[in-house]
Amino acid sequence: MYISLADRPHSGSGPDDAGPGPRPGPRSGSRPGRSVAFRVAPTVVALGMVSLLTDVSSESVAAVLPLYVTGALGLSMVAYGFLEGLHQGVSAVARIAAGYAADRTDRPKAIAVAGYGLSMLTRAGLLVVQGFVGIAVLVGIDRIGKGIRTAPRDAMIQEVSQPEHLARSFGVHRMLDTIGATIGPLLAFVVLLLVPEGYRVVFAVSLAAALVGVAALILFVPNVRFSRTTGTMTHTHTTTPAAPVPAAAESAPVVQARALRPRASRRPRWRTLDGPLKRLLVAAGLLGLLTVGDGFIYLAIMSHGHLDPLWFPLLFVGTNGVFLLLAIPVGRIADRTSRAAVLIGGHLFLAGAYVAAAMGGSWIALGLALVMLGIFYAATDGVLAALAGQLSPQGRTATGIGAAQTVVAVTRLLASTGFGALWVLFGAVPTMVGAAVVLVVVLPLAWWLVVRR
Amino acid sequence: MKPVKPAHERAGRRSGLSRRARWWVLAGVAAVSLGAVGVYGVQALEDHQERTTGTSAAELALSLPEGPHVTFRNTASGEGYGMVASVALADPGGARQVSGQACDRVDVAGEYLSCLRTLRGVPTTFETQVYDSGQELGGSPVATWPLAGIPSRTRVSDDGLVATTAFVTGHSYAADSFSTETTVKGVDGLDGGPDGRDYGNLQDFGITVDGEPLTTIDRNVWGVTFAGGDRFFATVASGGTTWLMEGDLEARTMASVATDAECPSVSPDGNRVAFKVRRDSGGDLVGGSGVHWDVAVLDLASGERTVIELERGIDDQLEWLDEDTLLYGLPREDAGWDADVYSLEVEAGAEPELFIEHAWSPSVVR
Repeated sequence: MYISLADRPHSGSGPDDAGPGPRPGPRSGSRPGRSVAFRVAPTVVALGMVSLLTDVSSESVAAVLPLYVTGALGLSMVAYGFLEGLHQGVSAVARIAAGYAADRTDRPKAIAVAGYGLSMLTRAGLLVVQGFVGIAVLVGIDRIGKGIRTAPRDAMIQEVSQPEHLARSFGVHRMLDTIGATIGPLLAFVVLLLVPEGYRVVFAVSLAAALVGVAALILFVPNVRFSRTTGTMTHTHTTTPAAPVPAAAESAPVVQARALRPRASRRPRWRTLDGPLKRLLVAAGLLGLLTVGDGFIYLAIMSHGHLDPLWFPLLFVGTNGVFLLLAIPVGRIADRTSRAAVLIGGHLFLAGAYVAAAMGGSWIALGLALVMLGIFYAATDGVLAALAGQLSPQGRTATGIGAAQTVVAVTRLLASTGFGALWVLFGAVPTMVGAAVVLVVVLPLAWWLVVRR
Repeated sequence: MKPVKPAHERAGRRSGLSRRARWWVLAGVAAVSLGAVGVYGVQALEDHQERTTGTSAAELALSLPEGPHVTFRNTASGEGYGMVASVALADPGGARQVSGQACDRVDVAGEYLSCLRTLRGVPTTFETQVYDSGQELGGSPVATWPLAGIPSRTRVSDDGLVATTAFVTGHSYAADSFSTETTVKGVDGLDGGPDGRDYGNLQDFGITVDGEPLTTIDRNVWGVTFAGGDRFFATVASGGTTWLMEGDLEARTMASVATDAECPSVSPDGNRVAFKVRRDSGGDLVGGSGVHWDVAVLDLASGERTVIELERGIDDQLEWLDEDTLLYGLPREDAGWDADVYSLEVEAGAEPELFIEHAWSPSVVR
């Protein structure tokens, strides 16, 4: 099942291409292109730690914000719901724009710092702001920050990782990211347990985590430059992230290297999205339309009425646990076989999760649903970014990744809305089974779009 | 977990800071941040203790007031903060008797007191607890069941029907939005049937707007008020429109009575319904400032609506003090954890008057 997409089209095979720490070395494997031992790039680990801290920061706030708005501020959630739709749209636009900007300026780290920094500032704002309007604005700015940082960050991961082990490197990042997302809400509830009504203490913890995260980003993530030139010979060590350079002190060699690159090739165009990347976007959008939020799957399990609703808020821990355990192994499988195949095939587990959720409210069904949902995320989240980066034309990685993630985010939002309608009309179980069936029917089409050549 | 060091040492040599120095800077940032959080946390804990212990900011009484009284959530700092309290109807500014029940929202009718509360834990959860309200020290628990989300409204009927509205986050169609869940249940065991009465989520009732079924997915129900027997009123919202609905519990139906009405409250004589109405302050996009609610009263027989425009908008389910006066809670602008209850005459142009200081969620016990 060797698939042509498994290799990065524009990457050379010379020794200088392999990036930082991961130096190509002899390996027992005999298949061509598989002979490089996996070594995770320090930059990937650094970005993973930054994401971990940032997720602790954002998820802890997300967990208590509704309580804070109603409990401490005495406001109605009805008012709070108003801005949500707007936020979603702005975030999607910010995401693709930031990807474009990262490619255009060739300064993904600076853009990422801007995104992480913006979100960090909103944490500080939460400590100061009293009224509802202020909070709504801060939540909006936070979303924009999240939109800004994602694509440049993933493009950096792509740039510094060994092309042979791209999905696995993304797996490392997603594992750390998910650890943060799991710790965040639990930490927030622990803080509230220690300090009753200590919402602002949660915000302080969140600010501290964000601050350390941004510091780690500035200190330990180098000024990654995208390798733009086509020939393998022109790669210099300056295009690799081996040297972490603080943003403020840009060193001379980097500047030189940039000057050498032809200007014209640094300008991303919408043509970026042509070719295999376009097919990936279509497939991702198609599957996104059949991907409903986790909330629905949990609700379907709960709708059978056999489980105590008190468990509901903790279900995400189970899914995240599976996701973080499998992110690296599944990435490894994707690298060894075909990223595209794993991405598409991963959706079989989503269909499985739908069926399990429809099965009944037993602990077995619950466990199956959570495990399969976790596998689905492990097989799709990082792998999509890896694949999008790999399929993007040279120097347009961030744009390509940003586009793919925007497509997925927007189509999933549409899916959730439409799914809600079907849920009301037909009930939980028929809708879940129906979604699973349609998903399985559509998978061959997605396969044909992305995997088959 | 520490990032893996690169195998080579080029890093340190080429930038301003050595690798070791960067670790020190990071450790410094982390230490300062965590230290600050610790100090802040201890301060917050002290503030909270100050707020919930010590001398109450309100005058306390030892026994339940004689005759008709108003029961509410006490928000006076000090001893008894967050507990159910009562004052004599004749002297609302007088001393309050504080019970041992901690409630976010409270309502009393007949023999029952309905209490919605937040339970701290990992994760934070919520519950409905019903007490018999022969309460000198707060009465004894009659029934308890979990609440799906953050407490918002509750009403209890003379014959032991309990309506609750909770804000549910994370359940809904888009990951970050919210919905309301409104249920009506009988106090189990006390009202005949072994299973008691459970009408479930009112969203599943047959809902009609001007006779046409409303089947949209984004419909939300909140703010139930009982009107005797199986009859009740509630708000249904969909697509930005809100309706005052009249419902029948046994028939499991709701039918629209009027538009633009939220959180209804039936008058003691059952002839009028008071609710809040949204005033659009000129398309202000930045959320909350555009949300301002005035008070309105609808005469059910004539359909005549009296709108009372308020300088400070409200966000509460109104309570009838008598046939001409409404009560509502208003959070303090300088401290959202404290609130006051105001009274408002039912006539256009009326001005709210302070009724009970440091109080929230009032319920008149006649």
